[in-house]
Order: sequence, then structure tokens, then C-alpha cells
Amino acid sequence: MTVSSPSGAAPWLDQNEQQPLVQIKGVTKKYGEVTAVDNVDLDIYPGELFCLLGGSGCGKSTLLRMLAGFEDLNGGSITIDGVDMANVPAYERPTNMMFQSYALFPHMTVEKNVAFGLEQDQVPKFDIADRVHDILKLVELEDFKKRKPKQLSGGQRQRVALARALVKRPKLLLLDEPLAALDKKLRKQTQFELANIQEKVGVTFIVVTHDQEEAMTLSSRMAVMDAGRFQQIGTPTEIYEFPESRFVADFIGSANIFEGRVTEDGADHVRVQTEFCEVYIDHGHSVKVGSKIWVALRPEKIRITKTEEAAIGPNQVSAVIDDIGYLGETSIYKVALPNGDIFDVTRPNQTRPTHATQQITWEDKVNISWESSSTMLLSK
Amino acid sequence: MTDVSHKPSPTSQGSFVSLVMRRIQSHWRQIITVIPFFWLLFFFLAPFFIVAKISLAELAIASPPFTKLVEWTDSGIVTIRLVFDNFVYIWEDSLYFDTYVNSLKISITSTLLCLLFGYPIAYAIVRSGPVAKPLLLFAIILPFWTSFLLRVYSWMGLLADQGTINNLLIALGIIDEPIRMLYTEFAVYIGIVYTYMPFMILPLYATMEKLDNSLNEAAADLGSRPANTFFKITLPLTMPGIIAGSLLVFIPATGEYVIPDLLGGGNVQMIGRVLFNEFSRNSDWPVAAAVAIVLLFILVLPIMVFQYFQGKASEEQ
Amino acid sequence: MYGKRSRFLTIMLTLGLAFFYIPMVLLVIYSFNHSKLVPVWGGWSLRWYYELFQSPEVWQAVSLSLQIAVVNATFATALGTLAGLAMVRFGRFRGRTLFGGMLVAPLVMPEVITGLSLLVFFISLNQLIGWPAERGFATITIAHITFSMAYVAVTIQARLTGMGQTLEEAAADLGAKPFKVLTAITIPQLTPALISGWLLAFTLSLDDLVIASFVTGPGANTLPILIFSRIRLGLRPDINALATIMILVIAICVAIAAIVMFRQQRADMLDRQMAEREEG
Repeated sequence: MTVSSPSGAAPWLDQNEQQPLVQIKGVTKKYGEVTAVDNVDLDIYPGELFCLLGGSGCGKSTLLRMLAGFEDLNGGSITIDGVDMANVPAYERPTNMMFQSYALFPHMTVEKNVAFGLEQDQVPKFDIADRVHDILKLVELEDFKKRKPKQLSGGQRQRVALARALVKRPKLLLLDEPLAALDKKLRKQTQFELANIQEKVGVTFIVVTHDQEEAMTLSSRMAVMDAGRFQQIGTPTEIYEFPESRFVADFIGSANIFEGRVTEDGADHVRVQTEFCEVYIDHGHSVKVGSKIWVALRPEKIRITKTEEAAIGPNQVSAVIDDIGYLGETSIYKVALPNGDIFDVTRPNQTRPTHATQQITWEDKVNISWESSSTMLLSK
Repeated sequence: MTDVSHKPSPTSQGSFVSLVMRRIQSHWRQIITVIPFFWLLFFFLAPFFIVAKISLAELAIASPPFTKLVEWTDSGIVTIRLVFDNFVYIWEDSLYFDTYVNSLKISITSTLLCLLFGYPIAYAIVRSGPVAKPLLLFAIILPFWTSFLLRVYSWMGLLADQGTINNLLIALGIIDEPIRMLYTEFAVYIGIVYTYMPFMILPLYATMEKLDNSLNEAAADLGSRPANTFFKITLPLTMPGIIAGSLLVFIPATGEYVIPDLLGGGNVQMIGRVLFNEFSRNSDWPVAAAVAIVLLFILVLPIMVFQYFQGKASEEQ
Repeated sequence: MYGKRSRFLTIMLTLGLAFFYIPMVLLVIYSFNHSKLVPVWGGWSLRWYYELFQSPEVWQAVSLSLQIAVVNATFATALGTLAGLAMVRFGRFRGRTLFGGMLVAPLVMPEVITGLSLLVFFISLNQLIGWPAERGFATITIAHITFSMAYVAVTIQARLTGMGQTLEEAAADLGAKPFKVLTAITIPQLTPALISGWLLAFTLSLDDLVIASFVTGPGANTLPILIFSRIRLGLRPDINALATIMILVIAICVAIAAIVMFRQQRADMLDRQMAEREEG
């Protein structure tokens, strides 16, 4: 599920129409010998909820801290709303950050925490009171304004941190693992709240997260980051359904990845010969005939049919059930292919599996097949 | 060095104050650094150079009792001859040489004694329950807050010929004549170990506390007996604490003055005491300054090792 | 790390604590001894307390020591805090290594060397600019500030590194300029370390004999100098009485600190419970 940007359009597609809010050009950050962020380029448009997704140490937090102004750049430039940020210190940037630890000032009340940023801008007192009240109402914490942070629960603290960052009406809100400190149930619920609030206030969000589900749920667009570089940038659907590399296919969700050789490259289709079958792909892809290529299949997009007959035709393979894992809502089947490869296939448990209904079991001979539109071709 | 701020000539009180305020606002980082930095340069580092200079001067019947710095810098040759004078005197006079050796002997032995007794105590605290642990730690730190001088004094009452220990032993019939303990080297060892033990225990405790007990369990699981686990796992991993604690005892103990004076009387010669007396009684300041320089020279290496570990520890945090 | 404590460790711990505390307990007991000879018991008496309070020397020394200790603690806390901030928060600057070295050295420098060097420094300064004409309160205080600020700096540095920079970054992110971050966030966060630094500097000053002996002048006797001059000649029952009073004062301070800390902990616990209740 995706929450689309308020305008409903996709500003990153019609680049002539709209100026990007954030322009990251050739940004590099080194810590001694280690390159944390390696020459990255990215445009982010107003109203987007953009997620930076990656494992720990991939450079996503460093990039966020460079946007906030806590880290100097070793190369490249960051422009926000047309202004080069090179010599703009953190306290003068039109950005605000929500910290992973929330960084609430422990010696100030909720109210004082939220007012802190406005006080720095010399906003008139009555105006501060109004705005603090409004934002606390938005995050449903009006009754807690006299409390100190340590008197709040984790979820409440998270909302104070959000309110404090939003109250200054920044052009860009940076969120560093905003939900990581919450327990799993609260996290799922808060994901939607966060997206709703973003829609309400219309501020551009950049969210750093290591949780792919969070990124998929929240973002209008996302970037998958690894080793200081962007592996792919796109909408959650694009990233999941059309990964460009083995890394992305494997990192987002799970995928059965195998090698093949291109035998035919048509305008609207591609044929690939693999060790166990011919794969037919019903969309064009500019690949050279005879070249080696990687093919990926999502486990939920593979069908299993119990049959003794040998599979004939493209996108079909005879196989044997090697192992079954029961996960509750789904079951995962480990299927052994003729060449020894093992594929993961998932099926929803739409009925309670009993002996009577369980049609497929260990050592069963099966055929697996998939739609020609489900195949994903990976260039690297 | 005397005046670091560039004072403007004020036209009126108001503009001067606001100017100063603006200066503070724009240069506060420099001000914050410069004030303590110059304090230390002035009152900590500069005095050492003066001591070094005096150690190169010669004794004079004057107040202060050394030749003026200006006079002896007239000729470089004279200066070099004077360098040898005070330092050669210390080297050749067996009193000074033996005292240095004796100080080092006492401080090294005391350090080892502190380690020998402090290590099991620190280990015992680390292995105590969650309630006992802070209380025990508190019991070790508490003597820090009581007067050092009075802690040393308390042992005078215990060790004196007519003191508690001798009285007790005579009353029990174990001895007939009091054993002489006060004003001996034994008393000095007791005093140093007593007063410096917390300096050994606390760094040891700090490193041991960080060790994960599952390391011991893993070693045991792999078939290691407790003694083997201690020597192969715990001891090597607590080395930083051992080094820090040992230096914290060794360095100040080498220059100790109060303990040898009160508990050793005139019978135990330590360099700190000689230095102090040289200053207050003999008034041969150039020689005393040279004695101090030599002591500093002996301790420079351990002090640098200590600083190195101190810096490494704060970086790890 | 918890774990089983072997019998050997328990014995060592018990012996260690006995070694630490028996001398002090005896010191207190003998302060109530009527006899003039400290270790010879002559019955219970408050005689030595009476004699102690009769001595104007003691009162003068106590007063001088307390004045020095308060001024020292205040200045040392201020300077030590600045030094700690410079070391931890200002990154690299010229002379940082020298500065760091000078900050750690007083912690381990033998007192005789520090005392001696400050004495010759004050004498040379007097020759040069005519100050200090007389040694006493001012010179002792300066000497004490010099070594106690190192202890304060260590405390502050530990606290600064421990609390990390996130809160300060958050304040900067909300538009606070660096100086404002310092006054609104950093200093309030340092309060516990400032208090313990002040107390540490205060105690160090009250405890110092050697450095004060070097840099003092005629007539300016601090309490340790007075005690030392008396016990140098042997045991003195009035010193036992004085020691008992000092131990009592410390015991009261420790008790107050313990009560404050206990209350703080209880308040924290209640806060946490309140927060948890609402979450569920």
C-alpha cells in the first residue's frame, strides 16, 4: 500500500513542470579511508514522502545528517529550495529533524520542547502559544504539555519529537528511523498516522529506515542504498515489481534468482534459456542476444500444480517438494528443480490445513509455473 | 601572555558593555578555550620552567636563596658548568642517589601490594549482587572524602609502641615487649597501601564491570577450569585496569611526603620528604630544584603512559 | 557482570573492608578517651572536644580552609568546565595536545613537585611585578584551583562524552545558535557533573597539605597544616576529637546526598510507572 503525494501527480515524472525542492549532486562523504556516501545524485520534489532504505552502515543516516547540516561534505553540493547549503549552518537551514532517539530536552516540559524552535526565531509569544497548541492538538498531546519527557510513554515521546520538528513549518522534514524505538504493534499503527500527518501538513518528508515494510508503506518514492550508493530509486511498486539488480530484488522482499542466456529479443518480448526451462518475458528489455542475464521470480508469483506429468513449454518446470514451512498466514514450499536449484514458493493458507485439505506434501512431484508478466530481468 | 583581550577605548559605558557583549558573542569559543589554557600555561607549565632554571643556578646568601637568573645567563659557559654542579652533586652524593632508589623500591613494592590485595577486592565487588554492589563500591569510595592526613594519623595510633596493636598483643600474652612498628618501613608500606588502595580498586572495577560474564561461562563450557579461565580470559582482559590502577598508585607514591614523614619518621628516606626538607630547612633551593627535576624526569615516562591510556579510554567512550 | 563469588573473594573483601574501616573506628573511639596518652584507656570523656573548641588557632584554621575551599571549588568548576568543553566539543585546535597534557598531568603529578614549582613561581612573580607580596590565602587558592580544575575537567569530559551530542544537534536543528545551544542545553545537562565537580574540588582543597605548605606564608595555617604540625610530634587526643567531628560532618553530608538521590530515584520510578500505565 502506498500513500500518494497530496497533488496526486507524480512530480518526478514531469521534470519540466516542477522544480525539485532538494537537489543532491555528486555528494560524497569520507571518514578517513572509509567512503560513507559515494558520489550520489538525487532530486526530491515538494510534497514527497521519500524513504532512504538500506542496511546499517549503508550511508543513509550520513546523507540525512548532511542534509540537516551536521556533517560537512567532501564533495558535491546540496541545494534546498534553490539555495546552496554549503555555507549554511544547521541552525539556519529550512530543515528540521526528528531524531532516532527523539532527542527531547529532558529538562524542559513537552510545551517548552515544542516551543524551543519558535523561540529561536523570535516568534512573538502569543503566536508561539497558538502554534504549540495547534501542533500538540494534531498529535493528540494537548493534555500532556506540562509533562517532562521522562513522564511520557515511548509513543508519546515519538509524537512530541514529531510535533517539535513540524511546528517550525520546515520546508523539509528529516526523519531518522522515526519508528525504530517503538514496539512492533505500535510501529504498524504509527506508520499510517505518520503518512496521514504528512498529507495534512503537506511538508516534504525524507525518512531514513532499515525496515523495508516501513519504507513500502510510507513512501511516495524510495531509494535503496548500499555501500554509499543508490542501487535504485523509484516508487515502492517499481522497486518491488521491477528491480534493476540482484541486490534490490533480494533486499526488497525475497526472490528466486537464476542465470540464463538471451535467445531472442523482440520489441515486446524476450526469451531466455536457462538450465531447467525456457523463460518467456512479455515485456521488452534491451538486452543482447546471446548475453548472460539474471532472472528473478517472486515466491508468491509462482503456482504449484501437483502432477506426475512432465512440464512442457516455457515458464514451466517439473520439480519435487523438498521442504515445507508453515508460517501461519502463508506456507513456504522449498521446491527442488531438475538442476538442483531450490526455489521458494509461497501460498496463502486460505483454509485451515488439515490432512484432508493438505494436497501437497513432502516428496510430491509437482509442476511450477508463472505468468510471463511476472518474470523480472536483472541487468546486474 | 599577560593580556589576551584587545580592549577598545570606551566612549561611553553603554557602548563599551555592548561591545564587550558582542565580542563575547562572536568569540566565545576562543574565550572558553583561552581562559583555562592560559591559566594552565601560567600556573602549571611556567612554574616548571622556573624550577628548571633554578636547578641551573647556584646557591646564594639571599632571599630567595639562589643567584638571580639574569646574572647567570650572561655567559653560556658558566651556565653549562652550573648544570653539572647541581646534578652531579645529586649523582655523587649517596644520600640523594640512595633515596631515589629507596623511593622507587617502596613505591613499586606498594603498587604490587595494592594490586595483590586490590584485585580480589575489585573482583569480589564486581561479582556481588545488584544490591550489595553499589553499597560496596560506596564503601571503597567513602574514604576518598575523608581527610587523607587523618587516615594516615589513624595508623599512628595503631602502630605506636604503646599503640592498639601492641597493647592487644601484650594483653593476649602473645608478646612481652612491644614490637617496633611505627617509624619503620613497614609502617610506610601500610600507610601507602591503605591510602592508595582505592586508586587501584576503582580502575580495576571499571574494566572488570565491562567484562561479560558469558565469557567466563563460555570458557567453562569449553572445558576450562576456573583458574585457567582467570589466567587466560579475565586477567588479559583486565590489563587496562591493572595498568591504570598501578600508575595511579606508583606515580604519586614515588613522590609521597606525608606518609614517610608521619609513619616512617626519620628512619625511612623517600625523595618527597628529602625535597620538602631541603626547601624548608636547608634552603639550598638550586639543589632542591635539581632534585625535583630528576624526580620529574623519572616519572615522565609513567605519566606519559598514563596520559596515553587516559586518552584512549576517553576516545573509546 | 554478576556471578558467583567464591569464598576466597568474600574473605578478601571482608578483610579489605576491615582494613579500611577499623583504623577510623578506633580513631573515633579514642577521641572520647579521658587519658592524655591516646592508646591508654582512661575512661570516657568529652575533655578533648572541650579543649579543641577552646583553641582559637583551630577556629582560624577551619575558617581559612573553608574560605579557600569555597573559592577554589567555584573557580575550579568554572575553569574545569570551560576546559572540558574545549576538549570534547570544539574539535581540533592548535595546542590541543599540550592543553590535554596539562589537564591530565596535575592528576598524577607528585604534590611536592607541584608545590615546589608554584612556590618558586610566586617568588619569581613577586620579584618581577611585586605580587604576591605576601603568601597565604591568595597563593594557596591559586595553587588549589590549578590542580582541582584538572579533576573537574575530567568529570565534565566524562559527562560530555557520555551524554553524546544528539541533544545539542537537535537544538541547532531547531534554530538555536551555538552560544544558545551552550546555555540552553549543554550547561543544564551538565548540572550533575557540575555539582560533583564542585564537591570534588572542595574536598581536594580541604584535604591538601603538601601544596598548601609550600605556597603558604607565615601565619596562614590551613586546617591540614595545623593538624600536621601537631601530629608530627606524636599522637594527640585533641586531633582524634577533630577527626571525629570531620568524619561526622562527612557522614551527615553523605546521608543528605543519599536521601536526595533516593528521592530522585523514587520520583524517576513513579514517572516511569505513570508513562507505562498510559501506554497500556
